[in-house]
Amino acid sequence: MDIQDIIKPENQVFCKTKLMTDTTLSYCPGCGHGTAHNLTMEVIDEMGIVEDTIGVAPVGCSVLAYDFMNIDITQAAHGRAPAVATAIARTWPEKYVFTYQGDGDLAAIGTAETIHTCNRGENIVIIFVNNGIYGMTGGQMAPTTLEGMMSSTSPYGREVKTMGSPIKMTELVAHLPGVYYATRQSIHTHKHARKAKKAIQKAFENTRLKKGVSFIEIVSNCNSGWKMTPNESNIWMEEHMFPYFPLGDIKVNGILK
Amino acid sequence: MSELKLMKGNEALAEAAIRAGVDAYFGYPITPQSEVIEYLMTERPEERTGMVVLQAESEIAAINMVYGAASTGKKVLTSSSSPGISLKLEGISYLAGAELPAVIVNVVRGGPGLGTIQPSQADYFQSVKGGGHGDYKLYVLAPASVQEMSDFVEDAFDIAFKYRAPVLILSDGLIGQMMEKVNLKDQQKRLTDAEVIKKYDSWATTGKTNRKRNIITSLDLQSEKMEARVRKLMKKYEQMEKEDLRYEEFQTEDAEYLFVAYGSSARIAQKAVQLARAKGIKAGLLRPITLFPYPKQKLFELADQVKGILSVELNAGQMVEDVQLAVQFKVPVEHFGRTGGIIHTPEEVLEALEQKIIK
Repeated sequence: MDIQDIIKPENQVFCKTKLMTDTTLSYCPGCGHGTAHNLTMEVIDEMGIVEDTIGVAPVGCSVLAYDFMNIDITQAAHGRAPAVATAIARTWPEKYVFTYQGDGDLAAIGTAETIHTCNRGENIVIIFVNNGIYGMTGGQMAPTTLEGMMSSTSPYGREVKTMGSPIKMTELVAHLPGVYYATRQSIHTHKHARKAKKAIQKAFENTRLKKGVSFIEIVSNCNSGWKMTPNESNIWMEEHMFPYFPLGDIKVNGILK
Repeated sequence: MSELKLMKGNEALAEAAIRAGVDAYFGYPITPQSEVIEYLMTERPEERTGMVVLQAESEIAAINMVYGAASTGKKVLTSSSSPGISLKLEGISYLAGAELPAVIVNVVRGGPGLGTIQPSQADYFQSVKGGGHGDYKLYVLAPASVQEMSDFVEDAFDIAFKYRAPVLILSDGLIGQMMEKVNLKDQQKRLTDAEVIKKYDSWATTGKTNRKRNIITSLDLQSEKMEARVRKLMKKYEQMEKEDLRYEEFQTEDAEYLFVAYGSSARIAQKAVQLARAKGIKAGLLRPITLFPYPKQKLFELADQVKGILSVELNAGQMVEDVQLAVQFKVPVEHFGRTGGIIHTPEEVLEALEQKIIK
């Protein structure tokens, strides 16, 4: 048996996600976005719903999500993805609509859209990648930047007295009756990624059942913005981000945990 | 069945939207246009045609809902008034950049700032000179009657889908609030989802089938590609100027003096023409129906015939700049207009012609 016999497609254990394009990811090496993209596309592929799925891309690092996800995508203005998704879900009630947003997009400039879309209980999935920093514009303070954490606009560390506390969006929206499912996940290990994928699956299932908003926060790293190696950033995330943004379900089947 | 009714301008527009087979309306209340959403909520268009009506949390959310529905090929409308339109401008710029068909209605009130709730035409610059950021234009229709508030809904959507571009209906508090007879058109069927998919499969994000994925965006990080995008937009605007310019003339055949006015001011100027003629002054009126494209050539030609032109606007002097540009200093061009929500009378307009132009 030579190598050509082994690398046949039917023998592959891991393969490229079918719904990812061949375009090279523009994310920094070590960034979690690629994994979050992959998991979302795997779920859509496995559920066989690509023809009925419309994604809404944000402004931020993942603005170019449409270059990597091989599905129909509308790219929204900064923070407005939930409003864009609202209209698509309302005018196409049989479709699966999801937004993919970062912390600046969802928890700062788009706070009003996030809250009101959740409050109306729009039948959509919101995937919220929280890395505590503005990645694309070069590492400025985000609404989720931790206390004391340095960024280019909090160069001496975030000072709560003048800059406010990091906002816990998932806990906040979970209290709204329109939110059916709210969970916080991470994707930095295989174990965590598998759990996150299950959560994404559950979210799209909820859309099928027309249950309202499914809100999935993914706490992720930004090794470039945090000025660490990828490995250091994952350790730092476990030690600092997770205590403040604890992983796990916050609301399941419309019931707060 | 077409139907004759006595209606407010805002209500006529809302009813016309249902009858035109519009798929969705997203709006936020603001005086003097709140009747649009109130009428739609009362009429239950969801039951009549399946049209979606949603009161958004802000004008910003409403225009981005328009963007969302438009990106999937749906026929979608929003309305607001001046301060609300300022909030919508980011979204309007995105609609233009992403080449999406949509109709926006501005029932103008006085500004700047919170201004007044009374009628005004002070959003002319905002409407025809961009308003939002970047190189784009809006096709702008200016209704001068309740009938046109109704008729222009369908006209606006025809243009929006012909060019895949946002269209603005620039009304004002006077046209929006006044009641007149209106002949309502017959009910048109909304397109089914399957028809929308078939018709707009080349661009709309309705879910990826066997075709290449569709992407709606206004972003291009490569300068050459972005410039090509802008050039494509400019081509559309050139085509609009060639094919879809609209204006109306009133007693210009033998006119020695010309009023230029749109919307409610055109109604007042038309009366001023009659008053002038009763006094032996040969006045006429050119009424631009589209503010972009603008009847530049027509004005250029009329300037050879008349002795002077008065631009009559409910503002401090905005359209007058376009009149001057079109006329190229062939004859004197002056502005007359009241602001702050005050509506000029035909007598005031005639007096202004006599004092500023005839002298």
